Amino acid sequence: MSDPNTRQPILAARDLRKAYGRVVAMDGADFDLYPGEILGVIGDNGAGKSSMIAALAGAVRPDSGEIWLGGEQVRFANPMEARAKGIETVFQTLAMAPALTIVDNLFLGREYRKPGFRGRWLRALDRTRMRAEARKHLSELGLATIQNIDQVVETLSGGQRQGVAVARACAFGSRVIILDEPTAALGVKESRKVLDLILDVRRRGISVVLISHNMPHVFEIADRVHIHRLGRRIAQVRPDQISMSDAVAIMTGAMAPPTE
Amino acid sequence: MSSDDTPHFSEHAGFGRRVINFLHGNPTIIPFLVLIIGLAIFSLIVGKRFFHPFNLSLVLQQVTVIGMLALAQTLIILTAGIDLSVGAIMVLSSVAMGQMALTLGLPPEIALLAGIAVGGACGALNGLLITWLRLPPFIVTLGTWSIFNAFVQFWSRGQTIRQQEIAAEAAILQWTGTALQFGAWRLTLGSVLMLGLAALLWYMLNRTAYGRHIYAVGNDPEAARLSGISTQRVLFSVYLLAGVICGLAGWVLIGRIGAVSPLGGGSANLDSITAVVIGGTSLFGGRGSIIGTLIGALIVGFFRNGLALAGLDVLWQEFSIGCLIIMAVGFDQWLRRISN
Repeated sequence: MSDPNTRQPILAARDLRKAYGRVVAMDGADFDLYPGEILGVIGDNGAGKSSMIAALAGAVRPDSGEIWLGGEQVRFANPMEARAKGIETVFQTLAMAPALTIVDNLFLGREYRKPGFRGRWLRALDRTRMRAEARKHLSELGLATIQNIDQVVETLSGGQRQGVAVARACAFGSRVIILDEPTAALGVKESRKVLDLILDVRRRGISVVLISHNMPHVFEIADRVHIHRLGRRIAQVRPDQISMSDAVAIMTGAMAPPTE
Repeated sequence: MSSDDTPHFSEHAGFGRRVINFLHGNPTIIPFLVLIIGLAIFSLIVGKRFFHPFNLSLVLQQVTVIGMLALAQTLIILTAGIDLSVGAIMVLSSVAMGQMALTLGLPPEIALLAGIAVGGACGALNGLLITWLRLPPFIVTLGTWSIFNAFVQFWSRGQTIRQQEIAAEAAILQWTGTALQFGAWRLTLGSVLMLGLAALLWYMLNRTAYGRHIYAVGNDPEAARLSGISTQRVLFSVYLLAGVICGLAGWVLIGRIGAVSPLGGGSANLDSITAVVIGGTSLFGGRGSIIGTLIGALIVGFFRNGLALAGLDVLWQEFSIGCLIIMAVGFDQWLRRISN
């Protein structure tokens, strides 16, 4: 495999396999993400994109294969372990509790407690600190128009929710953010905003993995694209060197992948 | 950052949208208004007697036992569960206290603690069946309701332990019935216990991570799981805690009726659910509050009391409570629907 990029990948996987009964979801899938890039992952339904992403995020344990993070082999038992190593995932469902506030959701599962007696013995939450940090993270991503961070999430628009989910992923000093179909549920205008948001995230030096069915979105913002088919990666392409229709042809098997 | 290179999500909030957002953020406001309007109407119909401290004290005493159970029920309904066995756990705990103190001759203080522990054990059994065997809470607690009732009959042999016996040998069991007199106001220690517990649970739900996790687990279990919350552990602990609260309610029940009766908890299960639902807590989980439940319990108490003082037949009390339940659930459904 000869990648023009000679740098070391920040996140890589080799020969991932996963079968659910007789259904093979991953059949030797490879993956390489380089620092500071946006990597698009495309593939037809059942190509094993979601399983691979779930494996990288710690949500699914592969039957076999290796995952390397920053040159060190890792094995994640659950999403929390992946998160502790700096891999944040924005799932398609966003994993936010709609009846809780923006602040509650941003810090769900990793709340700050007050220092001293009240935090240690009375388990009191440090709400002032969480509010301040929430406000900071939202305005860093240009989401300052969300005025009231004590608003419950279900009162936000789809794009705003996606924005809050991305802000949560960015907030915890992560190195890699995986976005699963971030624009699937959004209209044209809101998709635009979310794509800008992703470009913003890259500007901050975070590597981004973008899984999407929407070819124009992937080709617009991705630096490189992995094409998956039948449980494995069959091609790595640069969006500026291949046409969208060729990519679709490779993805569906109508065209042979370019020889590397 | 300039406005050119950063995404902006503008909010176009009309008046209707703002009202809905407000209701989302303040789910207790509707029950609160119902209580205020109800009080105003009853005071017009009934007159001075209604707001007399004596009457208000009476209502508070009447809602204390159901209020305790409703606190436990609130925690469970917030997790999108339901507990049909709260009343049975309460009676079983009170029977356990009475039997251990008077028949087994244990020191009354030990019997009291053991009775509360029996409540906790019952809650733990519910929690275990729900989290470990993954059975639906409705079915589990319907089953344990029968089982706990059977234990009540078995242990008490259907006999009531009379007030005088308890007063003579285990007066601590009646401690919750002790009344504090402030002029015409009368406040039992059971009511104080109930209000204190409500304050404690309010703090737990709103000011600790565990409380937020209870809401998250009820609102969206998958989101909670992906956020690193052990949903099964939260669920189990909530049923356990509810059991302990029901145990405490058993103590309050003895104080209220003076005796230990195997028949004490007949309609208590459904009454506790009524108070929670009228208090604005959603049966679908993740939405509601302790204050709402207190208000819900008071609404039920004041409607019963006000209609009785107005000279209406008991059937109209039941009728009005039924209407309130349906309106409360209908409102909750509507609010959920328009927000999606």
